[in-house]
Amino acid sequence: MAQTYRDMLVDPMVDNNPITLQVLGICSALAVTSSLKVALVMAIAVTLVTAFSSMFISALRSQIPSSIRIIVQMIIIASLVIVVDQALKAYAYEISKTLSVFVGLIITNCIVMGRAEAFAMKNPPIDSFIDGIGNGLGYGLILMMVGFIRELFGSGSLFGITIMPTVNNGGWYVPNGLLLLPPSAFFVIGLLIWGFRTWKPAQVEEREYRIQTVEAH
Amino acid sequence: MSDQDNPEEPQDQSQGLIRRFLDTPPDNVGKTVTVALGLCLVASMVVSAAAVSLRPLQERNAALDKQVNIVEVAGLYEPGMDVATAFESFEPHVLELATGEFTDQFDAYEFDDRAAASDVTLSAPLDDDPAGIGRQADYVTVYVLRDDAGALDKVILPVYGYGLWSTLYGFIALEEDGNTIYGLQFYEHAETPGLGAEVDNPRWKALWRGKKLRDDEGDLEINVGKSVTAAGPEYHVDALSGATLTSRGVDNLVRFWMSEQGFEPFLERVREGEI
Repeated sequence: MAQTYRDMLVDPMVDNNPITLQVLGICSALAVTSSLKVALVMAIAVTLVTAFSSMFISALRSQIPSSIRIIVQMIIIASLVIVVDQALKAYAYEISKTLSVFVGLIITNCIVMGRAEAFAMKNPPIDSFIDGIGNGLGYGLILMMVGFIRELFGSGSLFGITIMPTVNNGGWYVPNGLLLLPPSAFFVIGLLIWGFRTWKPAQVEEREYRIQTVEAH
Repeated sequence: MSDQDNPEEPQDQSQGLIRRFLDTPPDNVGKTVTVALGLCLVASMVVSAAAVSLRPLQERNAALDKQVNIVEVAGLYEPGMDVATAFESFEPHVLELATGEFTDQFDAYEFDDRAAASDVTLSAPLDDDPAGIGRQADYVTVYVLRDDAGALDKVILPVYGYGLWSTLYGFIALEEDGNTIYGLQFYEHAETPGLGAEVDNPRWKALWRGKKLRDDEGDLEINVGKSVTAAGPEYHVDALSGATLTSRGVDNLVRFWMSEQGFEPFLERVREGEI
């Protein structure tokens, strides 16, 4: 492998971020980022599922029949997600109620499937595990950034701790209600992608077509 | 494992069964079926092991969550409080719905309302079933809250019924007059997040406070809907926008449980001051 473990961990955070470059996993990023605490739990859950599913799939990769490989990957991912869901219900009941269906929807999160298919099927287990952690962290990083903006300006708090007292509670800050609604995450993620691509111009996709300039005679 | 070669006896026919299996090309039909079955077996064992081993913790969480909701619907909840202690000020009673009398037949701390509703000896199927619950138990657990002087302060009654996707389970707290709503709150449902799940929205829940169940003639007038009914605004709770069916479910279940089929015999006793 040309990549070192460090590269595998750091690369998906900025240079190859699953959300900002590959634009995967947007659905859950919209739904769970209205508060940081929930976003953090979701990020941890996705990181664990991606890492372990990649590891198991990689360990089995030479035995997986290609005709049913997607089903095999799904079974492994789905089992891990159910285990995570059960553990959350047992150890973090309140948060599991807030996350509700979105934990179950990790199964269909494109990042998990994408890493299984693109990386774990071709690389050894430890590499796949690290790659899964790296991609989970890349997803988590964006989730935390979006959650930070949405919670701070939407409810004037961070991790539930009041930073800017809102008018409803006798403070001075008038919260922006839009930021508590899922569509606001579109704007925030869009701005983040713009920021990332300005910072790293290599991430800008090539245009599919160009408008030709024609000289008039 | 199959990545390793078999350096000692590459051509040996007496290889173990496992080695032979691993060396079979994955696209062989028999192998495909075996891998699929084996994986399902392992995955199902992992999932059931997790579910079974974590169940006691989950049940304790659910029980605690129910207590939190009882304390919260009575307006006594503060974040970070010791819920178990606060819960001790509530008197649980098993109520016989038909008569409105408390019964000592069961231990109120142990009585399981959900199990009773599906127990053939303790429940009966409903003919008129607006709340969509199928069978109704003859007995339910209610909670009575008294003030320091021992006079009735609030009664907390369990209510449930079908919304759009799921059965909503909750509590309704009534003032000592047995007619004024203090609060309504659901502790378990699976309605659409952002639409029907807005039944948990504090601002919507606050609409219920002070609403009346029955008018002066004793007609059940409380309703959830789009516009205020002829009975007047004190009997009306605005429906949730974008969640017509969940709102209708809440309307049905509240009206069902507050009717003669539900707690009316008991509430009549509350109104007479007998509790």
